[in-house]
Amino acid sequence: MDFLLDIFSNLSLGFSIALSPYTLMLAIIGCFLGTIIGALPGLGPSNGVAILIPITFTLGLDATSALVLMTSVYYGAMYGGRISSILLNIPGDEPALMTTLDGYPMAKQGRAGDALVLSGVASFVGALLATIGLMLLAPLLARVAYLFGPAEYFALYLLAFCTLGGMASNNQAKAAIASCIGLGIAMIGVDSNGLPRFTGNNMHLMDGIDFLVAIVGLFAIAEVFFFIEGHGKDSAIGVKLGKVTVPWKDIFLVKWVMLRASIVGFIAGILPGAGASLGSFLAYMSEKSIAGKEGGFGTGVPKGVAAPEAGNNAAAGGALVPMLTLGVPGSGTTAVLLALLMTLNITPGPTLFTDRPEVVWGLIASLLIANFVLLLMNVPLVSFFVRILQVPAWILLPGVTMISFVGIYSLSGSYFDLLLMVGFGVLGFVLRKLDVPTVPVILGILLGGNMEDKLRQAMVLSDGDPMYLFSTPIATGLWIAAVLGFVAPMFLRGVLSKPQRHTD
Amino acid sequence: MSDRLFGLVVLMVALAFIASATQVQTSFLSDPVGPKTFPILIGAVAAISAAVMIFKPDPDPQWPAGRTFFALLVALIVLVGYAFALKPFGFILPTAVTAAVLSYQISPRIGPALLTGVGLSVGLFVLFKYALKLGLVPFPKGLFG
Repeated sequence: MDFLLDIFSNLSLGFSIALSPYTLMLAIIGCFLGTIIGALPGLGPSNGVAILIPITFTLGLDATSALVLMTSVYYGAMYGGRISSILLNIPGDEPALMTTLDGYPMAKQGRAGDALVLSGVASFVGALLATIGLMLLAPLLARVAYLFGPAEYFALYLLAFCTLGGMASNNQAKAAIASCIGLGIAMIGVDSNGLPRFTGNNMHLMDGIDFLVAIVGLFAIAEVFFFIEGHGKDSAIGVKLGKVTVPWKDIFLVKWVMLRASIVGFIAGILPGAGASLGSFLAYMSEKSIAGKEGGFGTGVPKGVAAPEAGNNAAAGGALVPMLTLGVPGSGTTAVLLALLMTLNITPGPTLFTDRPEVVWGLIASLLIANFVLLLMNVPLVSFFVRILQVPAWILLPGVTMISFVGIYSLSGSYFDLLLMVGFGVLGFVLRKLDVPTVPVILGILLGGNMEDKLRQAMVLSDGDPMYLFSTPIATGLWIAAVLGFVAPMFLRGVLSKPQRHTD
Repeated sequence: MSDRLFGLVVLMVALAFIASATQVQTSFLSDPVGPKTFPILIGAVAAISAAVMIFKPDPDPQWPAGRTFFALLVALIVLVGYAFALKPFGFILPTAVTAAVLSYQISPRIGPALLTGVGLSVGLFVLFKYALKLGLVPFPKGLFG
């Protein structure tokens, strides 16, 4: 009972912050921007959030406000992503891929409006349940996290890299290289003892490479190169949207699907490193096998639209659990959110819950409110966002580039960071061409410093005995999970092949 | 072939990284691990993974060639130029040029590209300067007073 009482008193603290007119306004702006970002092809949640961080930072918002704004953008982008998946057959990001499988065929059958409303409701159910799950689980996990010493943290970081590399990519070696690139970049600059490393005596590198520069380059600038390569081909509107009505019958039909997919997605989202892609994938695949051959998954059935959207949004909420309690992101976008926390000087982890309850609970309350705002924006007002899709790529992508430049430039005012950002853009382009995932690079840059510090602290505690890293049950468990997470997908890949995108 | 080449590059960089790590100065306050071990571990993992890539490459992706490659090169040069120009030339002019060139590379029509350049540069300037209050300089100092 105590536990529930705690949650209620914390929630009322949260709502007292979230319902202040200013915070509420930020949440609504965030939802609106997020839905647009998600809906625009070529601007997924990760790069959308990435280009907004430097700007939010220069605006000088306080920690809670900035966090509320950006997580509303994050949730909004998760909702909005389905719009381009369904109408254009272009997933805004990896997790939205599953929504194209049934969403696009359904839209081609002339049921675009139904698919949009249905997926909007599924997003709402998934995100709402996940936010409630976050509210219940995060404080519990924060208590467990107190038991984590340096050895456990080191193993946990390793687990994040392994599951991310193992499950979210097609080739383990490439994922490992990506992680090493990120970790290697994190080593540049002055180490924890104050001596410079890998700087090549370049003054600009003494402070290390700002992760925001890397994130914006790898995500946003690389995307611009991809659009130039494709000559904006993907920007034409695929399917016309007729009058939008609410398909009550379909919504009623998929109620259990949404519930199951939300639970599956939430659990997948909690896994450090695995995140949202796995959530929508597992939700879709499990519903597909429950429905069997007669279910007609892949041909445009309502269940096939509802399952991945509920799973995707539930995973987005689930991914916040390890991010807030342990400081380990569960997906590409939460990695970007972690970057936001670090920019705001908030250290995620168990102490966040006791030291700065107003940040955590203000955030959770805002997310609950954001869900209702998003349902409103994404069901009755969906036609407005569909019109935004018609912004052609030749306006959109130059715009994204300029916003990226202004953001990074206003952070440091140095041309060196801008050059570095363009360099990361080229790197991101080459890596993605070679099917090397870029999210582990980001994760490496973000976690590299901490990971090394934990290793060094652990070795100080044990006086240099490496067995200390496996000395507690939690640490051993995490090591086993890490190895399994990395190795198991090699064998499962034959069995669980990812469904590929429809091509017309 | 691409994978093999990339693997080779990564292998070289990883070895150079390890070599550079062994040269890192150690502080007299050092702990058992020191500032060298973790970078060397990273380099070793990268080198092993690179070797795997060299021996087991994936099929080649389709690399941009001809006109597309040229378009990408132009975009890259313009972006590098933009990075250098932003400070001395103010926001409006470099932004208009860069945005117009990028727009032209995505969809090669001069009229819309020019409009995009001017529109984005002025629009974003107004947005950033007056709505978000970022400290941007519109024109080079001394040009308009």
